[in-house]
Amino acid sequence: MAILSVWKWFHQLGAPRSFYQLSSRLLPWFVAATVLCLAVGIIWALLFVPPDYQQGHTVRIMYIHVPTAILAQSSYMMMATAGAVFLVWRIKLADVALQCAAPIGASITFLALATGAIWGKPTWGTWWVWDARLTSTLVLLFLFVGVMALRNAMQGQQSAARATAILSLVGVVNLPIIKFSVNWWFTLHQPASLSLTEKPAMPVEMWLPLLVMVVGFYLLFFTLWMMRMRNEILVREYRTDWVRTLVQAP
Amino acid sequence: MFDSIEGFLAMGGHGLYVWSTYLMALLVITGNCVAPVLTRRREIARQRAAQLQEQVR
Repeated sequence: MAILSVWKWFHQLGAPRSFYQLSSRLLPWFVAATVLCLAVGIIWALLFVPPDYQQGHTVRIMYIHVPTAILAQSSYMMMATAGAVFLVWRIKLADVALQCAAPIGASITFLALATGAIWGKPTWGTWWVWDARLTSTLVLLFLFVGVMALRNAMQGQQSAARATAILSLVGVVNLPIIKFSVNWWFTLHQPASLSLTEKPAMPVEMWLPLLVMVVGFYLLFFTLWMMRMRNEILVREYRTDWVRTLVQAP
Repeated sequence: MFDSIEGFLAMGGHGLYVWSTYLMALLVITGNCVAPVLTRRREIARQRAAQLQEQVR
């Protein structure tokens, strides 16, 4: 029956070995695409984007800050989705995904906050303000770190998996707050210039390299995620024949 | 966009801000790339040693 084969494929996707084999084939392409995208984006941002009328050359910071800020939120969403998949379907690979997403998400969120602060000093006159967006993004960082800390603190793979999945889901409420805070509250942080449905509020010379950097950072996230998941699979599946054989390979 | 290399480094007086963000990004990205590679090597070495231990017994 068709339903049965779709179900089988879904479950197959969740088999650590299948993921490991698939990622072995995908990884070189992801690495190449990431390097290419980020290299093009960074050179473009540093050398070819015109200085802003008001901000001057500090606008170049946007090309790190905005992609990392976007990714901070979406990587959390991906991590929480992995948590939900684990809780609902008990797919172990989802727990691997959750565990491995957290440290990457934490460093990306840190980068977003730090570059935002550095951008704020010359443009707003301040490193930090406790407005809704900045504060909720700081909370996002704490959530990522919290998932990592909770994992380390708990005894037992199953309990740690369940607890971190629940924590990641509870934290999802923070995401709409980050996203819509600039509309809900009068805040120092500017409202969105980019949306999925409307024309961007910036010229193409500015948003095209931004798009390249956003794509580059997404590729980077998936590449890093794959690398970490592969390691975690080797750790968890060390007793299996395929891993035992694999580690012996030169 | 820039008249000279000095201009490129100066970034219109905002050089410190712009370059510190890009340097920070470089460090974070590099660290995130290196860490899993080192972990992989360590883990494979650890498992090889463990398998040798089993054979010895």
